[in-house]
Amino acid sequence: MKSGEKLQQIFARHDPRRDALIPILQDIQAEYGYLPPEAMEAAAGHCRMHPVEVFGVSTFYAQFKFDPVGRNTLMVCQGTACHVMGGARILEEVQSQLGIRPGQTTPDGAFTLETVACIGACALAPAMVVNKDTHGRMKPEKVMEILHAARNDNS
Amino acid sequence: MLQETTIPKVPSDKERQLLVCRGTGCESQKAKLLYNTLVDAVYEAGLADRYEVKFTGCHGLCQMGPTVMITPEGTFYCTVTPDDVPEIIETDLKRGGKVERLLFFDPKSKTHVFSYKDMKFFGPQRRIVLRNCGFINPEVIDDYIAVGGYEAIRKVFGMSRMDVINEVKKSGLRGRGGGGFPTGMKWEFCNRSPGDQKYLICNADEGDPGAFMDRAVLEGDPHSLLEGMLIAGYAIGATKAYVYVRAEYPLAYERVLIAIKQATDRGYLGKNILGSGFDFEIKVKLGAGAFVCGEETALMASIEGKRGMPMPRPPFPAVKGLFGKPTNINNVETFANLPVVLTKGGDWFAGVGTEKSKGTKVFCLAGKITNSGLVEIPMGTPLREIVEEIGGGIPNKRKFKAAQTGGPSGGCIPTEHFDIPMDYENLTQIGSIMGSGGLIVTDETTCMVDMAKFFLGFTQRESCGKCVPCRLGTKNMLETLTAISEGRATMEDLDQLQELAQDVKAGSLCGLGQTAPNPVLSTIRYFRDEYEAHILNKECPARVCRDLIRFKVNEEKCTKCGSCYKACPVDAISWAKKQPAVIDTSKCMKCRSCILACRFHAID
Repeated sequence: MKSGEKLQQIFARHDPRRDALIPILQDIQAEYGYLPPEAMEAAAGHCRMHPVEVFGVSTFYAQFKFDPVGRNTLMVCQGTACHVMGGARILEEVQSQLGIRPGQTTPDGAFTLETVACIGACALAPAMVVNKDTHGRMKPEKVMEILHAARNDNS
Repeated sequence: MLQETTIPKVPSDKERQLLVCRGTGCESQKAKLLYNTLVDAVYEAGLADRYEVKFTGCHGLCQMGPTVMITPEGTFYCTVTPDDVPEIIETDLKRGGKVERLLFFDPKSKTHVFSYKDMKFFGPQRRIVLRNCGFINPEVIDDYIAVGGYEAIRKVFGMSRMDVINEVKKSGLRGRGGGGFPTGMKWEFCNRSPGDQKYLICNADEGDPGAFMDRAVLEGDPHSLLEGMLIAGYAIGATKAYVYVRAEYPLAYERVLIAIKQATDRGYLGKNILGSGFDFEIKVKLGAGAFVCGEETALMASIEGKRGMPMPRPPFPAVKGLFGKPTNINNVETFANLPVVLTKGGDWFAGVGTEKSKGTKVFCLAGKITNSGLVEIPMGTPLREIVEEIGGGIPNKRKFKAAQTGGPSGGCIPTEHFDIPMDYENLTQIGSIMGSGGLIVTDETTCMVDMAKFFLGFTQRESCGKCVPCRLGTKNMLETLTAISEGRATMEDLDQLQELAQDVKAGSLCGLGQTAPNPVLSTIRYFRDEYEAHILNKECPARVCRDLIRFKVNEEKCTKCGSCYKACPVDAISWAKKQPAVIDTSKCMKCRSCILACRFHAID
């Protein structure tokens, strides 16, 4: 399917109103993994806004990404409970294993690394999320195994 | 002393029910696989006509997940894996015994606890908000109806709007999102505000790091939220409502959507609800990752499709809110209280708690604590009871240092206030706040300067940048805190930090900036000695701030046990039996694994 058609399908689900903008951007990101500039412009047209306003809104929210993401997304929680329980160590371990920093994607496109302020799994701190799976009571030693499994499941 | 903690009876044609928790906590420990294995095993054992396997929301004891409770007796199995299923079937279901090794182990009495009712974690709790969490299937509306769900709204439709508001006023219920504003009074403002269209919003943007009370309700009992919103909508005369859920809670989002669909199909939402003539529609908006959107005016901007920046008040949302119309915003926990307030009456509710803080509060107990999870206690319960009884104390024989409440807007409660009854007034008086309910326990291995730096780092990143005191003030404060943690600061810097903190509090536009300095001021108030140690002695007493740790073994304190040697991930420590350990600083990557492993504070 052409990308234009996918966008039209997304727009068909939402009224052409300003308050539909964020749900539309969320749908676009769910489809493409990030917000391509052309898609943002099209969304502006649909919501009857200027593209610069759409850019202003999308850059305000941490959820939106402007570059393509890897096949796996890692989110290492840096919330309070995770901080107290050693979340920073987990992040360091992931960084050193993948050689990337939060916000970056590995050159082979396998992983994108993100941090998150809290996923609400405080009782299982420190925690990290791989795609949709939450891993609690993380230890630096467990990082390699988890990355390996993700790489194999989703290569 | 069990009251609401008694097991709600969900009518069933089966003799016993096996309740498998599938909240986010247990789900991350493969509860789905466990659930499927149990369903299959019960069926294959030919027990399906006597036993029902059901999945539920969170019981609160996430630490021990995945959990399986068997009713009616309340057998509570902890950390259950699919491999344990055959033994549960054979020993418990077929022969009526208990699988002792899976029962909760009470470290104090050194015994296994046979029933949920006898567990110290649950005993002192009083569950009003979480009354159904862990007992009903959150994806089945009939389960909610079976435990008396949607009874309150029937009663409400027979009352006038002002009667409903007065009942809530009588209950003394105050906003559970953190502010603690009386709910009934807030409704009255919105009710009296003229306007053809009014809106109701549920703030489910639970952004405080270290808090997940709302998530438990959204995932475990979404219909009680919807019923609470119906009650509020009726009282203020709003026909349209939004639930603003944060994007980080995908399961909560999904379960709320399911609940709305079911409620609409049954006629609890939509046009002319239950023949009352009242119309009510609820939409769900997914947040997009901005902490400031928990602030009500920023949240409304976000729903309108704008950058989530706060607006000066007045005008208050009750007068001019969402799309310029009168709007009332309450938090998830506040809404979840309402069906009980209306069913049992305001007087009943007001009988729980303290003079000015009525009802219960759900806390998210986490950090350095044996039983972490969700606890709901009557307002006024002493902190000591929460930490020592319900939480089971601090693990690894370490000492309680402080509890942090209210997240990045709150402060800490040190040992000297360990017996403080937890209510709005008491917490404010000692420089902390109730907040949304995060309760992070710290021990002697937690550095309070680092803790303050952590929270300020968070608020600084999340500042929307609209007003100068918050945007630049938090940045400047964070720089000073970083300098302190790296041993570069002077005592003048500390004075300046306190001064700036006051300015940021006084000059910021919204709650984010006004409260951002609280963790700093509160830690300086109670742990000034730690700040001074960092500044004057270039030392971090808790051994957290890496630039101030020498990573050298103190031979006088070293017991030659080898714990640090085993903990080091890069083999930088050499040790032999009966010899003190030695750290090779050229290999050491300052990860602190040795410090956490050492029980004798022998690494400087």
